[in-house]
Amino acid sequence: MADPSSTRRARTRRTLIFAVFLVVLALLYTGYKAFGQAIDDTQRDWWVVGSFLPRSDDKNMPPVLDILAEFGQAPREGGTTIGRLTLDGALFTLREAAVGFAAGTIIGLAIAVVLLQSRRAERGVVPYVIASQTVPLIAIAPIVVVWGRTGLEFLPWEWQDWMSVSLIATYLTFFPVAVNGLRGLQSPSPEAAELMQSYAASRRQVLRRLQLPASLPYLFPALRIAATASVVGAIVGEISAGVRGGLGRLILDFAGKYITGPERLYVAIIGACITGLVAVGLVAAAERLLLARRGIVAQ
Amino acid sequence: MAQELVLEIAGLEKTFNPGRPNAVTAISGLDLSVRPREFVSIIGPSGCGKSTLLRLVGGLIDPTAGDLSVNGRSAQEARLARDYGMVFQAAGLLDWRSAIRNVELPLELMGWSKSRRRSRATEMLDLVDLGGFASHYPSELSGGMQQRVSIARALSFEPALLLMDEPFGALDEMTREYMQAELLKIWRETATTVVFITHSIPEAVFLSSRVAVMSPRPARIAAEIPIDLPERAPQVRDTEEFFRSVSLVRRTLRSVEHE
Repeated sequence: MADPSSTRRARTRRTLIFAVFLVVLALLYTGYKAFGQAIDDTQRDWWVVGSFLPRSDDKNMPPVLDILAEFGQAPREGGTTIGRLTLDGALFTLREAAVGFAAGTIIGLAIAVVLLQSRRAERGVVPYVIASQTVPLIAIAPIVVVWGRTGLEFLPWEWQDWMSVSLIATYLTFFPVAVNGLRGLQSPSPEAAELMQSYAASRRQVLRRLQLPASLPYLFPALRIAATASVVGAIVGEISAGVRGGLGRLILDFAGKYITGPERLYVAIIGACITGLVAVGLVAAAERLLLARRGIVAQ
Repeated sequence: MAQELVLEIAGLEKTFNPGRPNAVTAISGLDLSVRPREFVSIIGPSGCGKSTLLRLVGGLIDPTAGDLSVNGRSAQEARLARDYGMVFQAAGLLDWRSAIRNVELPLELMGWSKSRRRSRATEMLDLVDLGGFASHYPSELSGGMQQRVSIARALSFEPALLLMDEPFGALDEMTREYMQAELLKIWRETATTVVFITHSIPEAVFLSSRVAVMSPRPARIAAEIPIDLPERAPQVRDTEEFFRSVSLVRRTLRSVEHE
């Protein structure tokens, strides 16, 4: 393992590269916009070229600075700013996603551990696990919400709509965890398994001391996918289930007002991206913490 | 009589996929006994079932027929009683555990207290001359060092029988000779009984009090050659007696192969 100062330097460099990437992105956006604007201006004489390119006027592509300024604008005089609304929505969505992610991880791991017990179970069940992911999310979201409102009275706590959204996120996250988790649990060599057998280790001991730790390097890539999927799942779930308070609702509202203020939707999109990045960042931090000394940390 | 033997095998047979078209009889009519504190090497042509024999002894697979007892118990009972320390060609260390935590693994499974297993593991690492590498991870250790950790791990719970399956097969010649000397030192210090699988004749001769030669499949013990060397120091490899024993084992192996 490298010394801590060099890992710190590597991290600083990554942050720097990311900042440069953002600036380049903003410059490309602005550059294309200026270019398109120039063509639009000459369109009267040159209309053939202009009609080939996507429009770049302020309605279609609001200026970068306007988008940034929109964070501080309030829809109503003296009211909450757009940036604040987005932050609140992001936190709301992040909570739904986190609950869904946690439940999905537990369910995914449980499925992996059960399938580990027999090859036959694995062959029989895996196709159904895969098939589960072909169900269109947008279609089941409203169903889940209705179930939550009317069908879950037996629960000891009152079911809230946001929990239905978490359930939708769970549905997306359990899959990569189950599939990669199973591969990871199966990764120890036959010698390692025989060694455990020679110590007369119980099935539980083998799982805890050998198979689970061995599965971590396989599990973390799945958890990163699951982290973004849970955020996307939560947003889509909010939209199709009509749950208020999160980014999904915000995106729906701002999309409705796109004609009068396109910047707002861009703010919401940036908010959603940052939320996804935060989710992945949390998983990556956990990964560094757990795998740091193994010499097999990703990247 | 039976009490005086650590390992007693009579008429052992192992057939894989019995009763099916692809049935293979790996071992048939195999007899072998090992006395306490003996170092017995098992040598034979490749693919003759040496590893199968070791797995049968270790209770990892069950024999089709025959008797196999370890200190008067069946192989399964002995395995459950943790009578075996096993070392394979691959060190098989858990790469997320430091050297000392790898040595502690079997002790952990056996429910030893933390302080007790820490002190035993420290002792064992000293025994294999790795006292200074306790907190190193497998990826930071050479192949020979990893194998020494694996030996320390196998001996940590003082098993009645140490089973080694070509433990030095993946090491270069220099490391190999060094490891052989180390193993002999450990064997003398711990007074363990060792069954050692190898395909290297000089290795078998240098290490063993007795070399058992296996026949090709279906395998049995075709000959047993007592080795009587005056002292087991590295220099003994250059003596007349060593050469004589090596060539005796070699001739026996050749005659067995062409039976």
